[in-house]
Amino acid sequence: MELLSFGDTGWGDELFFATLMTIAVSIAAMAIGFIFALIFTPLKLSKNKTLNIIGNCYTTIIRGVPELLVIYLLFFGGTGAAMYVASIFGYDGYIEINAFITGALAIGIISGAYSTEVFRGAILSIDKGQFEASKVLGIKKYIQFYKIILPQMLRLSIPNLSNVWQITLKDTSLISVTGLVEIMRQSYIAAGSTRDPLFFYSVAAVLYLMLTFLSMKLINKLEIKYSKGY
Amino acid sequence: MISIFPSLLSGAVITLQLLVSSMFFGLIIGLIFAILRINKNPIINKFAYGYSYFFRGTPLLVQLYLIYYGLANIEFLRNSFFWVIIKEPYWCAIIAFSLNTGAYTSEILRSAFQTIKKGYIEAAQSLGVTKKITFYRIQLPIAIKQSLPAYGNEIILMLKGTSLASVITIMDLMGEARKVNVLTFKPFEAFITAGIIYLFITFIIHNIIKYLEKKYGFQT
Repeated sequence: MELLSFGDTGWGDELFFATLMTIAVSIAAMAIGFIFALIFTPLKLSKNKTLNIIGNCYTTIIRGVPELLVIYLLFFGGTGAAMYVASIFGYDGYIEINAFITGALAIGIISGAYSTEVFRGAILSIDKGQFEASKVLGIKKYIQFYKIILPQMLRLSIPNLSNVWQITLKDTSLISVTGLVEIMRQSYIAAGSTRDPLFFYSVAAVLYLMLTFLSMKLINKLEIKYSKGY
Repeated sequence: MISIFPSLLSGAVITLQLLVSSMFFGLIIGLIFAILRINKNPIINKFAYGYSYFFRGTPLLVQLYLIYYGLANIEFLRNSFFWVIIKEPYWCAIIAFSLNTGAYTSEILRSAFQTIKKGYIEAAQSLGVTKKITFYRIQLPIAIKQSLPAYGNEIILMLKGTSLASVITIMDLMGEARKVNVLTFKPFEAFITAGIIYLFITFIIHNIIKYLEKKYGFQT
């Protein structure tokens, strides 16, 4: 227990901030994932063949390759790509992209692929009559989307999005390989300097369990709140 | 790009070995825990639930580190016969992956067991079929058939999971790709080629499961 005390002697405060970092990365990744999902869901549902293929490629490829590969590609490739772009503009120095941004982007791309599938399923399960009815009433396409489809889509996708959130939360542990100090990285450092890996990885496991447990409780509340009246 | 192909393929063989052995052990573990989960004894039930909750609620990386770095920290394990196994990263990876996929498999099988229509079991009972035979001849085949699609997803998730073995020094497909990246400073070639191989394996698994579903799929 001494090892977990706050202050200079223990690892309590370090692990606490690492947990906050994990939460921050997860939320950022989930938000980035939403943006990707909102772009790619219409593509997947589109009647245009080319757009359809683009949407399908995104979800198939991202869900078919390991998460670690996406992270490595962005982490090692991203720096090179940024330096190349900068060299065009005449800057030849070394550019290091922030580990938080790369990590959140990589996990965001992954969680976006899952969210896309969730949103697609939700939209497909909305009664067709509603689309037709709004068309008959002469409602414009984007108002139809914002006022009729989107609210229902979000409500229908809450249960599945909670799964995506769990996956995203667990995937953030992989960012530790790029050096971002979140739970996994901090336990690795602590385990290395105290030579007590069993203890610190157990603490990490407990922290993750706590996060998944608490977020489950929260999401269940949301689900009850938004399914009122149904 | 062609020059890096042989080394990546040798890595892919390790990846497949890891996948096949952990799926094999995982299926056995999953089946045992699924049976424990549908047991009515609350202690056995809670134990099985705790197992699946822990392994599904924590990242695979934590489990891998716990087994690879953590178990080596326990004095009596180091002095026992098990040390032969847990000192090898390869076996640690297989243990971690098997326990992880075992937890997911047990959930898949449990839900399959629970969705079996009660009428089947009641019919078997009224025909005087013993409990054991009911389980082996009726419940188990139906559960396996019903869980095929979900299990196919689990195999693909595990294939992606095996890439974590590279973090504990195993030269699987991911490990080889990392090595190529370090040696040649060509991240795009290394990782994209590895990605294509992963996609190819995913594609094959997907099609095998689809074929099995068609052949043995359970129609209700």
